[in-house]
Amino acid sequence: MASTVLPTPRRTLRNAAAIGIAVGVYGVSFGVLAVAAGLTPTQACVMSMLTFTGASQFACIGVLAAGGSALAAMGPAVMLAVRNAAYGLSLAPILPGRLRDRALLAQLVIDESTAMARAQDDPAAARLAFLLTGVSVWLCWNVGTLAGALLGGGLGDPRALGLDAMFPAAFLALLAPQLRRPGAPVAAVAGAVIAVAVLPFAPAGVPVIAALAGVVPGVLVARGIRA
Amino acid sequence: MSWAALLTLCAVSYALKAIGPLLAGGRQLGPRVRRMLDLVPVALLAALIAVQTLGAGHRLVLDARAPALAVAAALVWRRAPFLVVVLAAAGTAALLRALA
Repeated sequence: MASTVLPTPRRTLRNAAAIGIAVGVYGVSFGVLAVAAGLTPTQACVMSMLTFTGASQFACIGVLAAGGSALAAMGPAVMLAVRNAAYGLSLAPILPGRLRDRALLAQLVIDESTAMARAQDDPAAARLAFLLTGVSVWLCWNVGTLAGALLGGGLGDPRALGLDAMFPAAFLALLAPQLRRPGAPVAAVAGAVIAVAVLPFAPAGVPVIAALAGVVPGVLVARGIRA
Repeated sequence: MSWAALLTLCAVSYALKAIGPLLAGGRQLGPRVRRMLDLVPVALLAALIAVQTLGAGHRLVLDARAPALAVAAALVWRRAPFLVVVLAAAGTAALLRALA
């Protein structure tokens, strides 16, 4: 049961804070690398506040650091952000309210907030998990960016702490309760296989979007189960 | 990077996120659409796990992240708390790298 994994608002808050802190450490490295790639600290902070899509931002400054133009940097950054459109659509039913509120909440649509929301059993818990995770990650990412942009290097490599292994583990823990839905195990395996198969050939961001095709066998199997 | 390019990227990123919440926020969708959309994050998160564990640019590599994910999977299987799962994964990867 999902409820045995994440039963209470308090636990949701704790998990949201944990994800936020891990993201914050990456925010520091983003700030450091962004300034090294030629952005001013103000630009690095504006990018983290308004773009707020870690993978896109790292891709963007990666191209800039390698001597690419701003236009060349936009391609991979946008490709990596496209999955947020799919997340936004799947979250839409749990995001009611006035247009202004939805416009604000939309900025929090990212991997972490989607994963936390989708791991909950009911819409109210999902909304809370989305909000807490989104706000926690947004705050930590931006504080991290500011610190990294101002202080520069010397804060160490997040990989030495194993933080890069933390994200797939967190997503796995949040994916597990969703696998009870009809067709979900098939969609998950198909999505992972497609992404890995496409990765050597496709530009950054494309493998995860291509994995959307994994929904098709999932839906077909679910239909077979119900029939 | 020019401010124009930077703000364009911000606008595009936001527009992508906002399509769903702005156009369909709070709307009750039909059960078939609903079930399909339920599987969207499942497929994408599984893909993200695979790419973040095995990907290194355009190469597939087996490094400290794979055993870390295996430890995480075992703990998820045993219904360990979320924090235990992520900390054990980070610890496994850090330990393997320190030993290497």
